[in-house]
Order: sequence, then structure tokens, then C-alpha cells
Amino acid sequence: MLTPAEWQALALSLRIALISVAVALPFALALGYAMSRARFPGKSLVEAFLNLPLILPPVVTGYALLVTFGARGTAGRWLAEFGIVFSFRWTGAALAAAVMSFPLLVISVRAGFDAVDRRLEAAAESLGAGAWRRFATVTLPLSLRSVLAGCVLAFARAFGEFGATISFVGSIPGETRTLSIAIWELLNQPGGEAGLGRLVWAAFGVAVAASLAAALLRPRNGAGERDA
Amino acid sequence: MLDLAIAWRTRDFDLDVTIASTARHLALFGPSGSGKTSCLLAIAGLRRPDRGRIALDGRVLFDTAAGIDVPAAERGLGVVFQDGRLFPHLRVRDNLAYGRRARTGSDAIDVDTAVQLLGLADLLGRWPASLSGGEARRVAIGRALLARPRALLLDEPLVGLHREARAQVLAYLTRLNAELAIPTLLVSHQPEEVIALAQEVVLLDDGAARDLVTREQFARRMPPAHA
Repeated sequence: MLTPAEWQALALSLRIALISVAVALPFALALGYAMSRARFPGKSLVEAFLNLPLILPPVVTGYALLVTFGARGTAGRWLAEFGIVFSFRWTGAALAAAVMSFPLLVISVRAGFDAVDRRLEAAAESLGAGAWRRFATVTLPLSLRSVLAGCVLAFARAFGEFGATISFVGSIPGETRTLSIAIWELLNQPGGEAGLGRLVWAAFGVAVAASLAAALLRPRNGAGERDA
Repeated sequence: MLDLAIAWRTRDFDLDVTIASTARHLALFGPSGSGKTSCLLAIAGLRRPDRGRIALDGRVLFDTAAGIDVPAAERGLGVVFQDGRLFPHLRVRDNLAYGRRARTGSDAIDVDTAVQLLGLADLLGRWPASLSGGEARRVAIGRALLARPRALLLDEPLVGLHREARAQVLAYLTRLNAELAIPTLLVSHQPEEVIALAQEVVLLDDGAARDLVTREQFARRMPPAHA
């Protein structure tokens, strides 16, 4: 069984991952829809920028977050006036997790929207449905599997987040010491093998569950998407 | 009823169509590629011509000179698409109900009437994927009707159906014309459909309206045996 400190790290990771996905999802839906439907100048540029967190070394992303949202960052100072503080808080860890998993979420959501038969949206329009209603009653239900699969992937990515988190908010027990960070600390600590083994198994369990969920959610032929 | 003059240049063809007809039941007839469906989609507001004017029953839907382009969702027209386009994630009942709340169109038609007129009672709980071609087409007609449209636009409503289903759907459409006061615009390349459903016929060819004839004139030119 896990020790209380280990439970704390596991629970913190789960909570941060869940919240990061919940917060990122509305933005991912809006952006994924725009990328799927709209044509605008600089679209490739937006796409390239979106994928940066996938490509940049995570510590660089973490550093960028620190500079922007840290206690002395421009956005950080501004948000602090509204009582929103990221530096060395679990909220910062959630922000780092959200940023790191955001590209995966957008890619999946967008693929779902791309697969929806546009002619069905036109049919809804002819039946008097405005843009919001079309989205809520046709586009979103028909791409739900991709959206949920994207959520699972993003959750898994957020759950394992390490580099950006540790460079942005450090390792504070109960606040920012997530499972990954706890494992890393144990690696550097003589005699940490037993705890290390337990945490690695816990991480393995969560990863397998998420991977299974994603596989079950993968769009099947004829089960909604691209099927009129 | 329909007053239309639109011009439109696409990659594939040029369209320059002028139609003025007072018939309640009008058909656009012509070979495929003649621009029939493009006209219908322009009237429905689902495609935008380069310039021109479209008025239906005295209501201007589109006018480039006046800067008018009523959104499709607000045109109050029921469209029956070639391919049915039923929502695959909604049962027949919910497909039928989809357009119901949105409109305050001409004559109200309730679900029971539509279900009875189109023989849909046994289909209400089914998923679109389980319907035959003819059944799906009837549901699509019912769905468009229940949106209480000012006019019904039928885009090749019988295409792709086998002989029996065609006869059946045609009989239902004939019945709708007889029992409901909803104007219809039919797009078809089948003379028998046109003769059964239209009072006047626009002959389209190669992106232009060549002639406007009555049903009788059309029938003389185009013996139904041709179909």
C-alpha cells in the first residue's frame, strides 16, 4: 500500500490532470472548431504555434510560464490583482499540465470536427438552427468520441507532466509535488527504492486505464462520425 | 411565387438564371449539371450566388444590390435533400422534431398530421441507419414539413430509390400537394415526377433557364413513357 505522502502525490496528480483538462476543454473546442471550419490568414502559423508545447523541451515551456505567469511575470502580476496566483501553487501545476497537453486535445477535437459531415450541418441550418444550436445538436454529438478520446489523451499527458511543472512551480509536498515529481525525488534519494516501486506501479495503473479508455473511445466505422 | 435572377461563376460552370413564376407548384427540370440543384441551394440560402436577387412569395431573401442575404436558418424554407441527410444520432422521432420549434411559418402542421400523411407511425422509434431508402426519404420530407416552412424545396426527392419506393414516395408527395397549402419547388430530371407534382416547369440547360412552360405543354413535349 501507498504511504500517506505517496497517496498525496497520486491524488494531487489526478486532481491536477482532471482540472487541467476541464479548464482547457472549452478553449480546445473553440480553437478546434475554428481550425476545422474557418479559413483565415496565418492559419498555418497558428497551427505551428499551437504545437510548440509538443516540440519545445518541457523545461523551456516551464521557464516561459515562469517568466509570464510567475510572481514577477506580466500576466502573473496582473492576475494576482484578481487573486489568481500560479507561482508555487497547485494552480500553476494545473496550468503547466494544461499547456503541455493542449495540443493533443486540440488535434483530437479538430479531427472529430473534420470528420463530421458538413451536409448534416447544412440540413440543420435549413431547419432553422443557428450556429450555436447546430454546434450543440449536430457537430458536437457527432464528434463526441473524438472529443472524449482527446480528453483522455490530454488527461494522461497532464498526469505524467514533469519538466514544465518542476521548472514553473517546483516541488512542494501537497501543493506541487505530483506523482512524477515524487518519483524523480525518490530517484535522487538513497534508500527510496521501495517507495519508488510503489509509485511507478501507481503511474503504470493510471496510464493503462487511460490508454484503454482512449482505445474504447476510438471512432468506429458507422458509429456516428462520417456517416449520414 | 418565385422571382429569381442570379448569376454565378464557379470552377465547373457558369450559371445565369432568370425565373419568374406565379405557380404554387413549380419544377426546375433539366439534365444533371444544368444548375437545378445550385438554384435550389441558392434559394435555401445554403450557397451564395455572386450577384442577383431572389424573392419568394414577395419576400426578398437575397439581393446583392440591396445588400440583403437572409441567413438560411431564417429563411423559413423546408429543404428535402437528395441524400435525405437525416441526423444519424437521432431517432426518427427526434429527426422529425428537429425543426419544429424554430419556425413561425405559414400553416402550422402538427406531428400527428405529418406522421399520418407520410405513413411514419411505425418508424418513430427507429434509427436512420435502419431505414430503407424510401422510408428515409419520407422521414426527410416529414422533417422539412414540420419546420412549418413557407415553401418546400425538393431536390430530386426520388433519386436513388428503387421503382416501388419511388412510386410510393411520389404518391405521398402528390397527396401533400393536394392536402396542404404549402408551395413547392421541385428539382428533377424525371419527367414523370414533374408532371405529377408541378403546375409550371422551368426548363434548365447548361446554367440558364431556357423556357417556362405549363404542365400540359411539358407533358406534350415529354411523354411520360420517356421516364
